[in-house]
Amino acid sequence: MDKAALASALGAPGTFGQSQFAFMRGNAFEARVKADGGKELLRLLGLDDPAGALVPDLSAAGPEGRAARTALALREATAAGAWTLLDHPLLALDVAGSPAYLEPDAVVVHPDGRWTVVEIKSFPMVDASADASKVGAAARQAAVYVLALERVAAVTDGARVAHSILLVCPKDFSNLPTTSVVDVRKQLSVTGRQLARLARVEDIAAGLPEGVTFDLEGCSADELTAAVESVPHAYAPECLAACELAFHCRDRARQAGAVETLGRSVRGELGGLTTIGEVLAAARGEAGDPADPAVAALRRAASLRAEALAEADLAQQGAAAGQEAGACR
Amino acid sequence: MSLIATLARLEAVERGRAQPLATVRHRRVSERPLVFVPMTTAGEAGAPLGALVGTDPEEPRLLVVAQPRDRDLRSAFLAELADVVLPYLDGFGDEVEHVERKETDAETGKRVTVEVELCADAPQLIVPSRAGVEFVRLLGRSMRFRRTAEQDPDTPYPAPPRVPLLGRWLTHYGERARVPGSSLLLAATDLLNRHWATGQSSLEDQHLGALLAWIEADDGPDGGSGAEAALRAELGRDREGMLLCPPAGPATDPVFDNRRLAPAMERYDRARQLLATAEDGGSADERLGELHRAEREIRRLVADQMRPTWSAVWRTVELMRALPEGSRVEDRWTRDRWSFTAHRDRVRAGEPPQPRRDDAVTAAQKLAARETAQAQLEAQEALDDPLVLAGRRLAGEAFLSEVIDVEMAWSESKRPSPRPLVTVRTDDRPHLGERVKVFRSLEGRPQTAEFVRYEGEGTLVLRVMDRMGRAKDPAEGSVPAKGDRIAWTLFEHDQRGGPKLPDPEETPWTHGGPPRTDTAEIPDLVTPEDLL
Repeated sequence: MDKAALASALGAPGTFGQSQFAFMRGNAFEARVKADGGKELLRLLGLDDPAGALVPDLSAAGPEGRAARTALALREATAAGAWTLLDHPLLALDVAGSPAYLEPDAVVVHPDGRWTVVEIKSFPMVDASADASKVGAAARQAAVYVLALERVAAVTDGARVAHSILLVCPKDFSNLPTTSVVDVRKQLSVTGRQLARLARVEDIAAGLPEGVTFDLEGCSADELTAAVESVPHAYAPECLAACELAFHCRDRARQAGAVETLGRSVRGELGGLTTIGEVLAAARGEAGDPADPAVAALRRAASLRAEALAEADLAQQGAAAGQEAGACR
Repeated sequence: MSLIATLARLEAVERGRAQPLATVRHRRVSERPLVFVPMTTAGEAGAPLGALVGTDPEEPRLLVVAQPRDRDLRSAFLAELADVVLPYLDGFGDEVEHVERKETDAETGKRVTVEVELCADAPQLIVPSRAGVEFVRLLGRSMRFRRTAEQDPDTPYPAPPRVPLLGRWLTHYGERARVPGSSLLLAATDLLNRHWATGQSSLEDQHLGALLAWIEADDGPDGGSGAEAALRAELGRDREGMLLCPPAGPATDPVFDNRRLAPAMERYDRARQLLATAEDGGSADERLGELHRAEREIRRLVADQMRPTWSAVWRTVELMRALPEGSRVEDRWTRDRWSFTAHRDRVRAGEPPQPRRDDAVTAAQKLAARETAQAQLEAQEALDDPLVLAGRRLAGEAFLSEVIDVEMAWSESKRPSPRPLVTVRTDDRPHLGERVKVFRSLEGRPQTAEFVRYEGEGTLVLRVMDRMGRAKDPAEGSVPAKGDRIAWTLFEHDQRGGPKLPDPEETPWTHGGPPRTDTAEIPDLVTPEDLL
């Protein structure tokens, strides 16, 4: 489903998109790293003789064909016991009951049968450290590749998948590559657990009301809105950075007066009160049970805040009066 | 976020307008700050696209790199930036006051008083957002190790003079910005977020346009006007798909990059190629004209993206100036002046640029200094501002009380000192235990008391411990009197520094041993091709 198009049809388009400068730079850097049959990349891995490594051809028809070709190449490379670089292999992973195809930047097979995922990113590593959030995103992405590779390794003799990946980034402010080994064990266990817990697509579809469709061409904006409304949402501000429909969900959450629109942490300190109107009414003493600790804390906070603001107002009026008196003199 | 701040956000939603989080200004805003609005090229580290910079809101200096992949153009940009920023910084270096300071004499090891210079005021940089602060650091890092032709005639791509110096200053400012409560390098969004609560989440508050929309919204009965204005600032686009309120940078809007900037840069590149292949004077003139037109177009495009942010930062400055300054802000600004003076001295003494990585002792010192500054900032803000104090009172870390009785008492030593017992009433619920120390501000200095006992609900007895003079009877005005309203805090007002750290030369082997002195920082590698 094209969520970006759906968001536009609902009248709340997201702000996603990539600058072509960033896109070009990413491609240029990857091409540079893999230039010359991957020699530079293998040199970064510490190979003395990169020319001796194998770089099998992985082209085949269709995703199933490519995935099968990748699995075959992995088996052959492991059996051969030679350094092998797989450029853009294709891996299959079962997600919520339907197959998804993944394409890592590269996978390297070591002579001892170890497989390492290589992730090439174009954000810089300045003085051997890079932006933590970007490294985290790269690690989460690579962890999924490792999971998919483990499915293949399980049926391959003598193969095992390394639980740390090789991150390749530009060094400082140049276009020279530098590498860092990133341990992804934590991301692996998190992603593995999430995948195992995912509801199956059929179950999700079965839970929808009869006749709901997100067909962009066949439905009017109103019909689409009604269809989206029929699905529950759980908006939090973090969604804005990740989901195309976030602005639509935010509108709905704001209309409902949900306190989560102000941040996830807000929810925790307000006890059972979930809407902004409820909280304010409780704070003013118009509603709510005074014996409820959350309500009592709110009332105290409200009275302390009002007292402090009144005091500051008085002080300011005093200062203003003082100035006027000074001006009269 | 404290419950009081949450409440302020909820009220902001209801009223459609930002609500105050502070009643005084907790940061220094200089009389003549330098505002710096940078833009960077997407996907590139250290490839600025342009900047607006200056001290006069009416007359920003516009700097644009027409083709960020061209090393010479990037160098020209940095040289121009140095021409604007360095004279501004230098302008504060010579006006000094002389103050006395205790120092350890290197030869005798005794504490001696020396007279040192302290700059009377310090230059202040204001950028639009936190990403801007990070960009200042990055620019500083990219410049400070570069070599000029004068320093090293063999350097492959020499930097323009003064560019490494600018790098050192920007590094210093970027580093200082990590000290809580410092005001040398400020982000406009941080300033506004400290003083106002909007009706949106703190993530959305990082958008300068949306944040200002909430704060500048009219206090009307129609409500929701702030939310609508913020939405327009976030997402509003004109008929051609360009954002009405361009991002405050340094990152650009991808749509702008793809639809406007990329075609304009292509035209510029083509015009340059044509000029290079011109065969006679007449066609060269014509093609030069074409090149200038293409360059002007890029300048106009980039300037249009930055100008709304430029004005937003200055509006922020005006909003901040309208608030009265907290009384302890001056104290923190003095520390900023020390920081500026110290770096001025290092530069004048010809010391090398800041290293890529701090040695163990310096890193530990910085960390300890930031922790102290954080605790000090929290205490000072609460003492300056009843609204901040309200948050601490709610948390049980302070209480406001009225004195209902004072009973004189003395300590049981050979020379009895006054230890008066003060009975106070409070509606607050402080977390007090036996002999817990509480503090109040007496003529700007802290006075200590100990909690003795409760006497019924909301009534408690304190024993005043110090600052009553040396005589048997306490000095005039040093003991609370009946009827006084006093704010007591459970946290200390001044922060003592932590344990002394060894000199870098004495770094133990567990921490890598003494830093090596024989390895001067070498400049970054540059590749012959001009691509980034």
